Amino acid sequence: MMLSHFSAVLIFALCASIVFGITQRTEPRKMALFAGYCFILFLAGTMLASWVMWLIKR
Amino acid sequence: MTTHAENPPHASGKANAALLLGWIIPGAGHMLLGKWVRGALLFAAVVTMFWIGLALQGKVYTPNFGDPLDMLGFAGDLGAGGLYALARLMGWGTAPVQVALADYGTKFIVVSGLLNVIAAVDAYSLANGRKAAA
Repeated sequence: MMLSHFSAVLIFALCASIVFGITQRTEPRKMALFAGYCFILFLAGTMLASWVMWLIKR
Repeated sequence: MTTHAENPPHASGKANAALLLGWIIPGAGHMLLGKWVRGALLFAAVVTMFWIGLALQGKVYTPNFGDPLDMLGFAGDLGAGGLYALARLMGWGTAPVQVALADYGTKFIVVSGLLNVIAAVDAYSLANGRKAAA
């Protein structure tokens, strides 16, 4: 299997967010909201770290 | 997370069964408690991560007393329970890690084990009343 770095991040963020949402909240609506929040944070954090590494490299 | 202060949590047989079953089969602890959708989602998330890790030619750690990171990797992998046992039985994840994607795969496998532990403990908390069931 070949994955791009971004698709690997997407899959990782999706799976981890589902587990975090279900386990860290009690009501279904809050679970979905928290899962979405985690997903966005995973993606945003990774992109931010990527840009920081790019800047350091330059 | 809501807790029941009036009813102190206690470990019942069902709670222990949910913990053990949830560890062996991802999401099964929640299914035992009648939380079918949550159980199915947890199963899909953990199995997908584990399977993708293997598909990326990630490494499945074996018991070891060498490098601390290898020991931690084994502990993380062990969290996947039945999936880890299946991988060892079938001889999956034994190829040496030579490319970056395979290293990603190794991390996917470790994290799927850690997520499975979180899910199993959540089922335990639901069963003994420590976490409110909605």
